[in-house]
Amino acid sequence: MEKHVIQYQTVHFNLNGKDVERTVDVRASLTDTLRNDFRMTSVKKGCEVGECGACNVLIDGEAFNSCIYLAVWAEGKRIRTLEGLLGPNGELSDIQQAFVDEAAIQCGFCTPGFILTAVEILESGKEYTDDELRKLLSGHLCRCTGYENILRAVKKTMYKRLGKEMPQA
Amino acid sequence: MYDMKALYQAKDVADAVALRLAHPEAHIIAGGSDVLVQMREGKRAGVELISIQGLDELRGVSLEEDGTLRIGSLTSFSHITRDPLIQKYINVLGEAVDQVGGPQIRNIGTIGGNTCNGVTSADSASTLHAWDAVVELTGPDGVRCQPISEFYIRAGKVDIREGEIQTAILIQKDSYLDTFGHYIKYAMRNAMDIATLGTSVNVRLSADKKTVERARVAFGVAGPVPLRARTAEALAAGKPVTMELAEAFAQAVKEDINPRDSWRAAKDFRMHIAVESAKRAFIESVKLAGGAL
Amino acid sequence: MSNSVGKSVTRVDAYDKATGRAKYTDDLCDRSALVARICHSTIAHGVVKAIDTTEAESIPGVVRVLTCFDVPDIPFPTAGHPWSTDPHHQDVADRLLLNRHVRYYGDEVAVVIAEDEVAAAQGVRALKVEYDELPFVLDVQKAMEQDAPQLHEEYPGNVLAHTDIRKGDYETARQEPGLIKVEGWYDTPTVQHCHIENHGCFAYEEAGRIVVVTSTQIPHIVRRVVGQALGIPWGKVRIIKPYIGGGFGNKQDALYEPLCAWCSTQVGGRLVKLECSREETFVSNRVRHAIRTHIISYVRPDGTLVARKFEAFSNQGAYASHGHGIVAKGMGAFPQLYPCDNLECDAWTVFTNRPSAGAMRGYGIPQAMFAGESHIDDICRAIGMEPLEFRRKNLMPVGYVDGFSKNELYSDTFNQCMEKGMAAIGYEQKLREYQNQTGPVRRGVGMAVFWYNTAVWPISLESSSCRMVLNQDGSLQFQTGETEIGQGCDTAYSQMVADAVGVPLKDVHVVSSQDTDVTPFGTGAYASRQTYIGGFSIVQTAAALRERILNIAHEQTRMPVSNLDLVDGQIVRKSDGRVLKSLGDLATESLYSMEHSQHITAETTAQIKTNAYSFGCSFAEVEVDIPMCKVKLLDIVNVHDCGTLINPALAEAQVHGGMSMAIGYGLSEELKFDEKTGKPLNNNLLDYKLSTFMDHPTLQAAFVENAEPTSPYGTKALGEPPACSPAPAIRNAILQATGVAIDCCPITPHVLYRRFKEAGLIQD
Repeated sequence: MEKHVIQYQTVHFNLNGKDVERTVDVRASLTDTLRNDFRMTSVKKGCEVGECGACNVLIDGEAFNSCIYLAVWAEGKRIRTLEGLLGPNGELSDIQQAFVDEAAIQCGFCTPGFILTAVEILESGKEYTDDELRKLLSGHLCRCTGYENILRAVKKTMYKRLGKEMPQA
Repeated sequence: MYDMKALYQAKDVADAVALRLAHPEAHIIAGGSDVLVQMREGKRAGVELISIQGLDELRGVSLEEDGTLRIGSLTSFSHITRDPLIQKYINVLGEAVDQVGGPQIRNIGTIGGNTCNGVTSADSASTLHAWDAVVELTGPDGVRCQPISEFYIRAGKVDIREGEIQTAILIQKDSYLDTFGHYIKYAMRNAMDIATLGTSVNVRLSADKKTVERARVAFGVAGPVPLRARTAEALAAGKPVTMELAEAFAQAVKEDINPRDSWRAAKDFRMHIAVESAKRAFIESVKLAGGAL
Repeated sequence: MSNSVGKSVTRVDAYDKATGRAKYTDDLCDRSALVARICHSTIAHGVVKAIDTTEAESIPGVVRVLTCFDVPDIPFPTAGHPWSTDPHHQDVADRLLLNRHVRYYGDEVAVVIAEDEVAAAQGVRALKVEYDELPFVLDVQKAMEQDAPQLHEEYPGNVLAHTDIRKGDYETARQEPGLIKVEGWYDTPTVQHCHIENHGCFAYEEAGRIVVVTSTQIPHIVRRVVGQALGIPWGKVRIIKPYIGGGFGNKQDALYEPLCAWCSTQVGGRLVKLECSREETFVSNRVRHAIRTHIISYVRPDGTLVARKFEAFSNQGAYASHGHGIVAKGMGAFPQLYPCDNLECDAWTVFTNRPSAGAMRGYGIPQAMFAGESHIDDICRAIGMEPLEFRRKNLMPVGYVDGFSKNELYSDTFNQCMEKGMAAIGYEQKLREYQNQTGPVRRGVGMAVFWYNTAVWPISLESSSCRMVLNQDGSLQFQTGETEIGQGCDTAYSQMVADAVGVPLKDVHVVSSQDTDVTPFGTGAYASRQTYIGGFSIVQTAAALRERILNIAHEQTRMPVSNLDLVDGQIVRKSDGRVLKSLGDLATESLYSMEHSQHITAETTAQIKTNAYSFGCSFAEVEVDIPMCKVKLLDIVNVHDCGTLINPALAEAQVHGGMSMAIGYGLSEELKFDEKTGKPLNNNLLDYKLSTFMDHPTLQAAFVENAEPTSPYGTKALGEPPACSPAPAIRNAILQATGVAIDCCPITPHVLYRRFKEAGLIQD
């Protein structure tokens, strides 16, 4: 069989606020690169075909399943993973704390992906209804929580950031 | 890691055309939500890819001088939904593509990819058919435009010729002027699903809102490629707006559609849903157009 | 003494999981690992004649190709059951590491070990497998027919097992004049667990032993199975279980740990990783048994059950795995839930050419409740009685004792749960409001109860071991063989330990990961057993640790042990309440003592010879769009009596998750197969319709807390019960809305279209 010549390319991007560069195999997904080269364990592999949302990261502020995103496409992008949310002394961000407080975490495998989509939602600065939040979060599958406490966590943080009282159900 | 033989990244449209000519066997990759998934499955394993993902010139929605609405082929679904021109002139398209998969898929999926994969269930396709969209292709001989109904050849096969890439989807002014539409995605769950049936209806009413001047309806998954139901359209044109018309319009779609039996759904079930969806989408379109039923 | 139990304390692993730091199997695997990929059969039944590996072996990066002709001829069992020293009670050993006789589309025939995943996948695609094809059968009852294809020589007629229950005289009793006969067949589907982390593992040799790090619920059981499968002493096997991304019973089997371990031994003990793709997880791990149930009830017009017949046919798929235990548990519930004097019950577990069915959340009870509770509402329709009234009259009465398990219903659980559920959903008002509707869109309310019992005694061993090790600062580590799989047992156990030892919760450190070299023996996460069973060993070990501590306190303070106590991390003199010293000071002094140095630990095993009923109910409200053949779930509530809640917030979260799974079971989830080839059709997360964020209303969870007298903490099963009753409650709500009694789940638009057409509700 003919020997495959591996094609490499150097990509430059900003990862969690820091400019980085890596020479990657062009066949690598962004999930592969973040997990293997940067040891970002928050980026999970649940299906590797864009159906579960466990590998979600923010690219230029928008949520993407990194499993179906080529690593070389990251060139010049600003990429955020869950690792980037933590404060310098290990402080949890408000949305992480809300996931903890609302018992929105069980096995924890979908959690990082959900939190990053929540970040995109919260950074829009808008107020959403429950149905709108459900739709905005619907790109993530979870088998443990029934989504209920995840909704509570996102909603609570949304109202907190908006400086509004959360309406009672 | 993906099993790809080689990756060629286009720098601009001209470069993409050159790469297409240089590597005729290579597959085009735009957002990746179809191509990479099929590569993982093994269907496209070992192929060469030409990535047009970086061609930002193909992103965005604009209005041309003659009023034609131009949607760059790499515009993502979420950007289409949020675009003010789309919201103003063809809101139903924004609503339709807002039902593709989930939010992350809508961030990566592009309207060009959604049409070039030639899939009948694509959420954009029935609306683009119902609005007589025109597909713009750029190749070695320049730009070629083609009505979307002719762009689809058969399931999974569209008319992209040697050296070409799709560069835009165009909606002409006459198509959207005073026209209001509604899309119904019929699926087995409310997110992360592909359509069991997609129904897109739009109408233009007379100035007094009493008469249907033009009604158009297209379906996804009612045949191997998205298709129009011209019998129903002809039946409604020039008729007074009534519930009876909605019913007759809906029944008439059966003349033109030809869904198949598959493990995903039975033919008779899809027929039934097509009629009911056509009725509901017609009624909703009339309401959006200011008509009363 | 209780400071922590009963409070909604934060999960002990919440911070690590909220930051992405918690390590799962793949996070721990060194990147130098070789990658193994499995070649699965592309026929449903047949014999592998030959495998041409030449092309695969020539692919750059392919290290080794192993086929079904290379594996040791040692059949092994996979079920996550405690081992039995009685050969008659041992699990069926019907698997080889790779199979020449393939019995389902997706069976394992070969494995390619390569330097990376691409080469491994290319190698698998390059294998040329030649089969002698055999006829196959997918349907459970067709598999029982005389001329059906035979899957296992040892099981002629494909029947893995048949058991029955007889009581009174069914044939005579049903002759009573004036009885109303109600008969139904109820089908439940093949579904999959869909934990978000696929099963994966990696293996390597160290000091002449094989180490497997794996995503499992049952590390100690997997150790035994790997030993059996490889034919090596069990002590040569070490299993490490890190955090896992859900299990729900799928990982209560030895999945690919034996194969991965063997692969490592075939490449000189090098590190080999074997991860399942999502597609493999659906087909080649385990699924929930599809069960077809036939029920006949003879009822007096006043609602008295006179005679009942129950037949259940459980689709085992290709290999025995958990086997007959599932349908047997479902059948066992039947005579207990609605006691009746005259019964004939039979259950069969039958091999078919489908994926192997194993344990899945509920272990036969979701199937049994869908059939049984649907049937109860069918009875109510037939005799014109309200569903609640019938249940109040016929449900298991307080004081009922099961002769086999000796379980007793100590409290008026059913009525208390039903009252709470009715109030939460506004049942009575809605029941009246939704009667006699016409029009295309109609609403309905429905309910169902469930039966469940905790843990596996007396069918199998129940035992748990616990170790506690005191640190110099008065904090302690504890370990059990029971596993955290997302449900929160590490947190519940920490609360129990804090209270039982007498230290603040912050001073309790759980060793979350199990390592069979160092973790005390325990069988793992299944049967909703851990909170109940673990409680016994924690209380017992804490008592032993306290005794040691107080003896040392006596040595150090000269106070008699009888006058000493350990309260909140302080040694207290009981007579005057004076704090004599902190536990930290005691531990430091003890460890570094020049006279009598002691490392303070305790370790005990508790064998548990009790079991506990855990009951409750679901109420559902639906809106049915008849022309669109769609059901919208408007409201749903589950009410549970799982005894005293250890951690109310985590208990509520458990219930949400179970309800979600059951909503999918009721309305959308089914693994489908091509009738012509046996090929699975929808083994991915797009085509398999588990509920998304947009498919639920707000999920309501409520509790009735009757302390369970057999448990030291008054607790009993909660892991699986939430998944048992929502599906029939939804089905019964659809019945109230439309008058159409659906006889299968999931109740998809396809099903509704057929049934509405038959009922004349829609015309084409």
